[in-house]
Amino acid sequence: MSGHAPLLAELRERIAHLDGSGVRVRPGLPFGVEAIDRHLPGGGLLRGALHEVSGAGEDFTYGAAAALFIAGVLARLDGPVLWCLRRRDLFAPGLANAGLDPDRVIYAEAGDAKNVLLAMEEGLRHAPLAGVVGEIDRIGLTASRRLNLAAEESGVLAFALKRGWRHGDVEREEPSAAHTRWRVGAMPSRALEVPGLGRALWRLELTRCRNGEAAQWLVEACDEQGRIALADVGAARSAPATPAPAPVAVPAELSDRPAARPSPIRRAAGGGAVRHRRA
Amino acid sequence: MPFVTAGRDGSRRILCAVDAAARKAGLHVGMPVAEAQALLPGLALIEAEPERDREMLDALAIEILRRTSPMVALDAPDGLWIDTTGCDHLFGGEAAMLADLRHCLHTAGYACRVALTGTTGAAHALARFGRSAVTIIPPGGEGVAVSALPLAALRLPEDTVAGLRRLGFDTIGQLATVPRAPLVRRFGMEVTRRLDQVSGAAAEPLDPIEPPDMPRVKLGFIEPIGTPEHLARAIADLADMLCVRLGEEGLGARRLDLVFARVDGRTEIIRAGTAAPNREPRHLVRLLIERLSTVDPGFGVETMTLSAPLAEPLDTRQIAAGFADAAGGDIALLVDTLANRLGAHRLYRAAPVESDLPERAVRTVAPLAPTLRAGWPAELPRPVRLFDPPEEVRTLAKMPDHPPRFFIWRGQRHDITHADGPERVFGEWWRREAETTAVRDYFAVEDEAGARFWLFRDGDGSDRETGSYRWFLHGLFT
Repeated sequence: MSGHAPLLAELRERIAHLDGSGVRVRPGLPFGVEAIDRHLPGGGLLRGALHEVSGAGEDFTYGAAAALFIAGVLARLDGPVLWCLRRRDLFAPGLANAGLDPDRVIYAEAGDAKNVLLAMEEGLRHAPLAGVVGEIDRIGLTASRRLNLAAEESGVLAFALKRGWRHGDVEREEPSAAHTRWRVGAMPSRALEVPGLGRALWRLELTRCRNGEAAQWLVEACDEQGRIALADVGAARSAPATPAPAPVAVPAELSDRPAARPSPIRRAAGGGAVRHRRA
Repeated sequence: MPFVTAGRDGSRRILCAVDAAARKAGLHVGMPVAEAQALLPGLALIEAEPERDREMLDALAIEILRRTSPMVALDAPDGLWIDTTGCDHLFGGEAAMLADLRHCLHTAGYACRVALTGTTGAAHALARFGRSAVTIIPPGGEGVAVSALPLAALRLPEDTVAGLRRLGFDTIGQLATVPRAPLVRRFGMEVTRRLDQVSGAAAEPLDPIEPPDMPRVKLGFIEPIGTPEHLARAIADLADMLCVRLGEEGLGARRLDLVFARVDGRTEIIRAGTAAPNREPRHLVRLLIERLSTVDPGFGVETMTLSAPLAEPLDTRQIAAGFADAAGGDIALLVDTLANRLGAHRLYRAAPVESDLPERAVRTVAPLAPTLRAGWPAELPRPVRLFDPPEEVRTLAKMPDHPPRFFIWRGQRHDITHADGPERVFGEWWRREAETTAVRDYFAVEDEAGARFWLFRDGDGSDRETGSYRWFLHGLFT
């Protein structure tokens, strides 16, 4: 078995080369969560590539969790960030809660989708940026390829934050050249012993990953340094700031929930609703 | 109190300018002083100073050249023509540009009327005789827009206007519909020429002012050029020349004007701004090339002039420093490129304001402003999306300090499983009288699906003085 490992690695590299995707095997930006980092090719989010992030279900309209997830990733990098908006509803103190320093973020209110893409591409051509984020409802194959190429050249981390613009919009899966596609959805958090809110829980779905497989994890939302953590007893121990919750069977219960939610059916129903409204 | 200036016209003393109050009282320019004084005894008269008026108009023209557009021409004694082609994008549209122009004039103490049209004639007429102080006429609408205006708006000699009146013409519209030959026979070419200048049938090139001390470089071509490659090449040469000029004077450009003089006498303009003084040719070239596609070279361009109407001191030390230290140059270039495309006000950073009210806690600062190293209190949870204005929700809640049991937002019910709060926020009485007693109680809540919301109750829950007790959704956490 061990004798095959180098051969396999070489084959993978050759396939990646032919594929034109993972041309240079660059180390990714790790999440600091072993289970996720091990799963991702490159050991984390690939820099110099486009990643799609959207909210799950209702939150697709606002992408609040998705914005926080992206802010958490960028908080762990150095350098300025370009955040391209269509509408001014992003609240900077909320991003600061996830560790993204307001001094680092330049907002570009682009107005429409076309300008968001233009601004993103312009930003991606500037190496000194840590990251570029664009809030956009849909990103086609051509646009995502362009952004990916621009990112590849400069090594800037690019995020397409996909969100709807009308209440009740739902995500439609479209082909794109993005390296990974994430869906961040809120999950019921565990109860504290006293009334109040504990750390939020997310279901982090990796629905598409080039040279990798889809997966999902139950994670604790970004802390003030932008770090996520696996939501299990072990992760709770590694964050001593929060009192470790009693080791009840909650995580197991919760981790059952994602499977119980039939997401393909939900999407189909959403698509139907859109057609209906247009009719 | 009405206010007028008086001057001499030969041996007569006449009014040279009247303010709004005087106009209301029936005075008008050109009226003999004696008549005015008879109408308004005790009228305040100031001696007219035409030379000083002219000086002030020149100074104003230069100011507008810096601020609004590179092509400013005098419409003496009391007007300016501004060719705004290619300039409005810096302000975020034509209406915003005019608002900025009016604001700048008001701050300087001038009353003004502005009209934005496709022709100089229509702009002249509408600014003086139009119904409103701000007029924007879409291209091609000039003829209709001026048809109800009096003949005096046509810039014709006084006796011509009087002659036309005697023939029964009162408005420009009436004049525009009659056959032209008799008009020409009787009054000469002047009347039809002015009519054509209003409608755009005849060209009327402006004679733009050229301030002597402005950094400016010019390229003339033996053969007119027109292809994008040639124009781009010329832009690069001009930028090099301009940067040398700026370097000699220790300046950096904050604004660039590139004027293309076409063989047919028309001009095309590219105007670009920078967020910080700059004299890096590569940077300036990129900003200009970016907008080259908006330029129509027609049958060719004869001369190109690049100037920096706004320039600020810039020493060599500053070129290296800047945002994020080593990366300065490129970030400035990105900011300038985007600002020129989207409008400077669309590009900003968020900065904290010391205010407990969430909607006032953020202000925008220039993207390249010095870093502030200040944030919001980290211990207060704040949503990622903020609704402005907050959206009212229906709730069931116990008073005074309990979070709601559930709330209904946009027809959907959310049962609350966990909540944090209240965080009490007091109105800022020093801003508005109405906020003296106002109180909001904020709750961060989680619904059964795990979504987290930021709700507040208007009022403290025990005193009706403090608010209406209605509940609002102000933001979303995750």
